[in-house]
Amino acid sequence: MKVLVAVKRVVDYNVKVRAKADGSDVDLNNVKMAINPFCEIAVEEAVRLKEAGVATEVVAVSIGDKSCQEQIRTALALGADRGIQVETEGSVEPLVVAKLLKGVVEKEQPQLVILGKQSIDGDNNQTGQMLGALTGMAQGTFASEVAVDGDKVNVTREIDGGLQTVGLNLPAIVTTDLRLNEPRYASLPNIMKAKKKPLDVFTPADLGVEVTSHLTTLKVEPPAERQAGIKVESVADLVDKLKNEAKVI
Amino acid sequence: MSTLVIAEHDNASLKAATLNAVTAAQALGADIDVLVAGANCGAAADEAAKIAGVGKVLVADNAAYEHQLAENVSLLVAEVGGAYDNIVAPATSNGKNTMPRVAALLDVAQISDIISVESADTFKRPIYAGNVIATVQSSDAKKVITVRTTAFDAAPAEGGSAAVEAVGAAHDAGISSFVGEEVAVSDRPELTSASIVISGGRGMQNGENFTLLEAVADKLGAAIGASRAAVDAGFVPNDMQVGQTGKIVAPDLYIAVGISGAIQHLAGMKDSKVIVAINKDEDAPIFQVADYGLVADLFEALPELSSSL
Ligand SMILES: Cc1cc2nc3c(=O)[nH]c(=O)nc-3n(C[C@H](O)[C@H](O)[C@H](O)COP(=O)(O)OP(=O)(O)OC[C@H]3O[C@@H](n4cnc5c(N)ncnc54)[C@H](O)[C@@H]3O)c2cc1C
Ligand SMILES: Nc1ncnc2c1ncn2[C@@H]1O[C@H](COP(=O)(O)O)[C@@H](O)[C@H]1O
Repeated sequence: MKVLVAVKRVVDYNVKVRAKADGSDVDLNNVKMAINPFCEIAVEEAVRLKEAGVATEVVAVSIGDKSCQEQIRTALALGADRGIQVETEGSVEPLVVAKLLKGVVEKEQPQLVILGKQSIDGDNNQTGQMLGALTGMAQGTFASEVAVDGDKVNVTREIDGGLQTVGLNLPAIVTTDLRLNEPRYASLPNIMKAKKKPLDVFTPADLGVEVTSHLTTLKVEPPAERQAGIKVESVADLVDKLKNEAKVI
Repeated sequence: MSTLVIAEHDNASLKAATLNAVTAAQALGADIDVLVAGANCGAAADEAAKIAGVGKVLVADNAAYEHQLAENVSLLVAEVGGAYDNIVAPATSNGKNTMPRVAALLDVAQISDIISVESADTFKRPIYAGNVIATVQSSDAKKVITVRTTAFDAAPAEGGSAAVEAVGAAHDAGISSFVGEEVAVSDRPELTSASIVISGGRGMQNGENFTLLEAVADKLGAAIGASRAAVDAGFVPNDMQVGQTGKIVAPDLYIAVGISGAIQHLAGMKDSKVIVAINKDEDAPIFQVADYGLVADLFEALPELSSSL
């Protein structure tokens, strides 16, 4: 079976992003970019399915300007077979990403689409579920275990109260949580090999999708700063402060 | 204007997150109805009818909704929500699972995890793990919104007397099924609504050592949380994770023990009223957000703390 993996180019998770002084946007000048950590886990899961003989081909897709080809190459170096870029200008909203992915799904007819649960820039947590609605596929979100069994897949999900397992008809959508797996590092030979793997580029028009915008960001600002705290000398001191100063216990 | 709030419940009773979503819905300035979708969920619906400010409770009682499968519930919400200007749910794992599907069915954007309502079409929401707050304006006629529960007070659970109305719509997409669940049972308060939370990190070293936290939690009536490192290492189950990609908490008192204070952890707790950090490394970043920092070995500090409470 074919597996489609969606990978997004985002700010590296170690970067502490700041708002620009004029509040127009975040400052991404000279900031390190990377593959969204949840997408990396998605790629790893797809590659493991291939190594286990369950998947036959892994296709990595990213939506964005030319620079997102870097993240597609990362996915190829981690073991994906082929890449697809859908060329857009600037960032597109999850609903549009989902429509574009639906276009790719119609072309590629994968049995499984694996996405991250959340992009760590917009913290949206929407795209996989939206793709599910648009394609009429079932979804296993926030997955910590994926088990393909014939024409079904069982997905164990991290939910508020613990874990839930759902059974989904294939084709289906999975979104990854952090504990699904631990992604491998790309080896140098694999990084070299990835440069030669095929990477096709489509436009939204090729997929019959109009890029629209439903949300406008009016401003971005830093969160309220916390007052600087103090160090206490001892446990007794701490208990006294909590009782008599903060009055929280 | 009218708003439909999607209730969070376990069929038997309503979850507190519903009350926070109702308060956010009130800020939209429209009439509020609540939808309870479940199976044998009459008791939850009766509770919803008592929430102050609710006009009507719609109950969709059908086996297809028993486990909140998103494929089924989203079809229901998109149909029932068709008559409303806003559809609002708490950003719980159910809300996050179902609402984007609803939004896509209605061909509108979802506004995720709002922390304030600026006007009927403008909202604030944290992005980049809460390092930045964005003000976003929606141009959609119908708004699909999830609410960060810690940012809105709970609406009074008593005082209302809404009419309860059955909704016939039965949607079984037939593409997914519930297989099973492992739900943690605990006598402690729920993490996201507790007024005191004490969390342990990698510094706890193992799961057994969490009994040191439990001793303090027992004295304070606190919920227990954890960093992702502690969850990853298998010390404690995943539902205890606090952070950008775990649970968001904002208690009156948050005590971080053996947690370094990575931005992803801070994203989940830095809106707590009072933060205490216990860490043996005086340079740990957690001290930058702590109101009271104690530089100490947790294995000495915790027993002393529980015995002095
Ligand atoms: C995409 C992504 C999402 C993430 N989401 C989350 C999230 O939601 N929540 C989250 O928590 N993390 C999250 N993380 C992980 C995060 O980056 C950190 O790795 C994690 O929070 C570290 O956990 P920790 O503070 O327990 O461990 P460490 O950083 O290892 O810190 C352990 C601390 O314990 C102290 N210590 C050790 N021994 C003692 C002792 N005897 N007494 C006192 N102090 C002691 C040490 O000084 C140290 O400061 C995420 C990461 C990624 C990439
Ligand atoms: N521009 C994009 N290109 C490829 N995949 C994306 C893009 N945006 C979102 N996704 C996928 O959708 C997941 C969830 O993103 P979001 O809904 O934005 O939180 C990501 O982890 C990706 O797998």
